[in-house]
Amino acid sequence: MSSFLHWYIWIVAIGSIVALFWLIQATRNVESSGDEDATTGHNFDGIEEYNKPLPAWWLYLFWGTMVYGLGYYAYYGLGNWNGLADWSSVGQLADEQRAHDEEFGALFEKFATMPIETIATDAKALQLGRQIFENNCSLCHGVSAEGSNGFPNLTDSASLYGNTPDSIKTSIEMGRKGIMPAWQAILGDEKITQVTQYVLSISGQKHDAAAAALGQTVYAQSCVGCHGMDASGNSFVGAPNLTDDEWLYSRPQNALAVDIRNSIALGRAGVMPAWKDRLGDAKVQLLTGYVYSLSR
Amino acid sequence: MSSQTSTTDRPQYNMDVVKLFTIMTIVWGIVGMGVGVLIAAQLIWPDALSFGPWLHFGRLRPLHTNAVIFAFGGSALFATSYYSVQRTCQATLAFPKLAMFTFWGWQAIILSAAITLPLGLTSGKEYAELEWPIDIAIAVVWLSYLAVFSKTIMARRTPHIYVGNWFYMAFIVTVAILHVVNSAAIPVGMFKSYSAYAGTTDAMIQWWYGHNAVGFFLTAGFLGMMYYFVPKQTGRPVYSYRLSIVHFWALISIYMWAGGHHLHYSALPDWAQSLGMVMSLVLLAPSWGGMINGMMTLSGAWHKLRTDPILRFLVVSLSFYGMSTFEGPMMAIKTVNALSHNTDWTIGHVHSGALGWVAMITIGAVYHMIPRLYGVAEMYSVKLINTHFWLATVGVVFYIVAMWVNGIMQGLMWRAVNSDGYLMYSFVQSLEASYAGYIVRLIGGGIFFVGMLVMAYNVWKTVQLSKTDATASVAQTV
Repeated sequence: MSSFLHWYIWIVAIGSIVALFWLIQATRNVESSGDEDATTGHNFDGIEEYNKPLPAWWLYLFWGTMVYGLGYYAYYGLGNWNGLADWSSVGQLADEQRAHDEEFGALFEKFATMPIETIATDAKALQLGRQIFENNCSLCHGVSAEGSNGFPNLTDSASLYGNTPDSIKTSIEMGRKGIMPAWQAILGDEKITQVTQYVLSISGQKHDAAAAALGQTVYAQSCVGCHGMDASGNSFVGAPNLTDDEWLYSRPQNALAVDIRNSIALGRAGVMPAWKDRLGDAKVQLLTGYVYSLSR
Repeated sequence: MSSQTSTTDRPQYNMDVVKLFTIMTIVWGIVGMGVGVLIAAQLIWPDALSFGPWLHFGRLRPLHTNAVIFAFGGSALFATSYYSVQRTCQATLAFPKLAMFTFWGWQAIILSAAITLPLGLTSGKEYAELEWPIDIAIAVVWLSYLAVFSKTIMARRTPHIYVGNWFYMAFIVTVAILHVVNSAAIPVGMFKSYSAYAGTTDAMIQWWYGHNAVGFFLTAGFLGMMYYFVPKQTGRPVYSYRLSIVHFWALISIYMWAGGHHLHYSALPDWAQSLGMVMSLVLLAPSWGGMINGMMTLSGAWHKLRTDPILRFLVVSLSFYGMSTFEGPMMAIKTVNALSHNTDWTIGHVHSGALGWVAMITIGAVYHMIPRLYGVAEMYSVKLINTHFWLATVGVVFYIVAMWVNGIMQGLMWRAVNSDGYLMYSFVQSLEASYAGYIVRLIGGGIFFVGMLVMAYNVWKTVQLSKTDATASVAQTV
């Protein structure tokens, strides 16, 4: 913050309170006629005004809040100055997190080296894992971990990156970026319709056989690199299996063909954030075990 | 003109536009609160009351807030300010055609809000959702309002400007500034625009606006109303002129800086959060200054509460004002805010202000004005005013208590941790636990809404009375 802004803030904050002190004093000191029942002599549509003194309890309340306010600025700071307490909200958060780790860290630490397969069968570890999941993962994957449009279902056996302890752990620790390129400009409407019908045909859906046959050629030219000859996907690049009936991008209100077509024409960009720094090793281990247990 | 006064040295007041705004206050009150009851029910039965995207909670909620704040509250402020500025200045309304334009313009804006919000056209800024063409219309109508009001004050026959008019004036000027600055946007089409600000700056400007909408629209404006109707209805002098001066200047200067408390523990710089909190605390005494001045005006006239239900509305509204202006600074304290933020407590706080203070003082003012506007001795049924009073009071209490209980419960559930340091409850569990409170809230809101219907009936009968009662003109100078 520039020093101009710093001083501007000080003048507004402190100056307002000083001005209020002055306002109260100036108004209190106005001579009253001595007769408290005399009115000011004004008459507005029959309304007259007394000029009674400011109630003492109210004045003390007013002064009290202003003195408290000045004390608050002195302690917590104002503008560029961090105050007598050298306080900041970032510092407060760090303190609270440190206190949390000191209190609860040991509880989690003992699971840091427990094998993931063991965690998946340990009741206490699973309970902790579920807590971590509900607090951090359920926002996207759902409390029941069944996912929704764009967010993978973690309870079935279908998986983009391989349903092994290591691959789950990598997904959580490092995050993932699931990119499907957009084919609209390259293939055009007709070919996209054909390849959509082909994808429907290999996953056992209702389809237009003639279009699907043409789509197979398009598939072999454009899609095979990631999704594979047999369309069973490729867990190294996170390409989904197209032959099962599990769809990452599928809205309940849409026909499946619409969502598949959108995926092909417009592409997709899915992001799983990286949790390593946020959760630490022990919690990642517990979480991996919990997620691993969900599909078993 | 029926509102013409018989005393010859008084100017002829222009009450046509006041009548229109007063009637629309009741109409929009019923519409806005009716939508509120509907969306309260949608939170209990989301599936049964799902009528497609246009009437979804997410679109009806801004419709409810806009209808209650700007249609109901706005019409009430137009009506009472036009009514009292003429009487306290002993001057007729300046620019009568422009005044009539503010009425039709404001109604057109409300109507366009009622169309565009269900269509999903929104700028996404809370309490400033309307898209840019409507925003421009608001600015035009508002500047016309400023012209009418300030010119009337300039033409006054009294040597001083009455305190009620200071508050109305501060409200009109500040709302113009707030609206123009916060609604600044870059249009990308007829019905779509993007805010001129980005990120944290946008958030701060939004809540600078949002909190001052509370401070100037719902507080300063309605204090202007209070300063006229409380002394008129009690027939007693205002308690303290010097208290008016101190609390007026303190209120309008401090409110400006309090908005940061809406963004506690966010990306807003620490100093801005501290400033927002301190200014909110300092605001307590200036806010209470208005309550003291209103309440103490009753000294020597407390017995009137036994017989005058209109006065009851005014006094109870001041009590709710005092309570919510105490609650507000408390909720602005960071440690309290850490519990209350995003919970139903906030909804309860808003409604103790909106129903308890804003609506009840408006209702009192309308009951005061209607017989005088239509030239009858009193409302068709004083008994029904009393019925309305109890419906409104009980309704607000049900509403607020339900939201307090829900809010504190939600805040505690969200922060409860297990022995392993993880959250004890999921969000859905806190939602399930809130259902009882939602039902009580619906009942409270429903009771308040029924009171508004009682009022509409009573006003309808009073207006009928004025048409048949040949002796009506006697009452005009009361």
